[in-house]
Amino acid sequence: MNNIIQFENVSKSFGDLKVLDKLNLEVKDGEKLALIGPSGSGKTTILRILMTLETIDDGFVSVNGEYLWHEKNNGKIIPASENHLHKMRDHIGMVFQQFNLFPHLTAIENVEQPQILIKKRSKPEAKDKAEELFNLIGLNDKKDHYPHELSGGQQQRVAIARALAMEPKIMLFDEVTSALDPELVDEVLTVLRKLASDTDTTMLTVTHEMNFAREFADRVLFFDAGQIVESGKPENIFANPEKRRTKEFLKKFINNVN
Amino acid sequence: MEWNWDHAYAVLPQLLKGLVITIEATIVASLIAYILGLAIAIFKMSKSKFVRVSLYWMTEFVRRTPILVQLYVVFYVLPDFGIFLEAFTCGVIVLGIHFSTYTSEVFRAGIDNVSKGQWEAAKSLNYNPYQAWKHVILPQAIPPMIPPLANYLITMFKETPLLAFITVVELFRAADQYSNSYYTYLEPMTLVGVFFLIVSIPSAMLAMKLEKKFKPIKVTR
Repeated sequence: MNNIIQFENVSKSFGDLKVLDKLNLEVKDGEKLALIGPSGSGKTTILRILMTLETIDDGFVSVNGEYLWHEKNNGKIIPASENHLHKMRDHIGMVFQQFNLFPHLTAIENVEQPQILIKKRSKPEAKDKAEELFNLIGLNDKKDHYPHELSGGQQQRVAIARALAMEPKIMLFDEVTSALDPELVDEVLTVLRKLASDTDTTMLTVTHEMNFAREFADRVLFFDAGQIVESGKPENIFANPEKRRTKEFLKKFINNVN
Repeated sequence: MEWNWDHAYAVLPQLLKGLVITIEATIVASLIAYILGLAIAIFKMSKSKFVRVSLYWMTEFVRRTPILVQLYVVFYVLPDFGIFLEAFTCGVIVLGIHFSTYTSEVFRAGIDNVSKGQWEAAKSLNYNPYQAWKHVILPQAIPPMIPPLANYLITMFKETPLLAFITVVELFRAADQYSNSYYTYLEPMTLVGVFFLIVSIPSAMLAMKLEKKFKPIKVTR
């Protein structure tokens, strides 16, 4: 299988703070990845770089066999133009911690508008697609509500549908349950589990829900200080972590969860 | 001194003419204030620090000096430099520029109020900047701007008598001319006040209604 995502020696700093330090990462097409680790360890930055919301300072990122932040011009490698980024963004969708639904549009309009504007679908096509997705997220009865009339969990499910409607090859989930009240977390995770088992979309999830990471992921990456400390199958990482830092981190969660 | 209806009737046609000039001046000045204010707001978000800092001091300068002084400079001093403008033109330009420094704050606050997450969501869905402005940012930014912009319109309307000082025969100067000719201030000035009230009270009520209608969109978490 090909790598759909590749980070080669990618570095990124915010001021003096180095969030990614010569990071190397390969993700196979269709892989479901969980990124875990302490806050500020660079997990979210990886997703934001892929979504082109953050630039990189050094190294190369490839998506679907092409450089993301660079392009080739007459054999020379130059920084990516806005046109190139626009083309590359088509492969990628993202769901945010704060949902970021458009508050002036109803739930279904949130899902329809990007399809009409970006995918150039007709209104009926966009509506069909949106309704299909509202079935998937189990919110058919709420589709004409405005975001502020929905609970956080419902808003997040709509945000997932909105990203899915664009049919990206890669879906990025950035702590999508962190802003939710505890009783609303499950309804969102249920949708993610369904997606993970039903689609061959590549999925990268930054999460603090260890139980979810265990069931959902093909591979778990433990991050600390801008580096991948340990990576492997969830059963290995969670049951027999090799590195001391991983053990310490997981201990906190296991104590809390069990 | 007693109210004389003859004076009241006699001054009325001139006052109505003046009122038309007042309203025209308000409309033109407010258009300048809105368009220039939006431009200032956009340029104040510029990446260039030079642009931002220059705009800051320009708007501070305009805002911290009296409108009357600005009117005199533009009308009486610019001709010394070979720039001749009609009194009405001078008046609306000065009023418009003066208030653009205030409306720019309204525009900026409206745009700032739309969270960074909205830009990021639009970008993640591959909206280009134009589509993001048109379909995501402005529809959220504009409604809360409408009430304060309406209030500035009413304020500008009330400031138009300043144009009298540079010879524009608007409502106030029309009354003043009559008063000077017939040595009576009671009727003309009372009517001027009444005219201002007749326009500004309903406008203020409308602005309050707009405020209720265009409450910022709620975002729940």
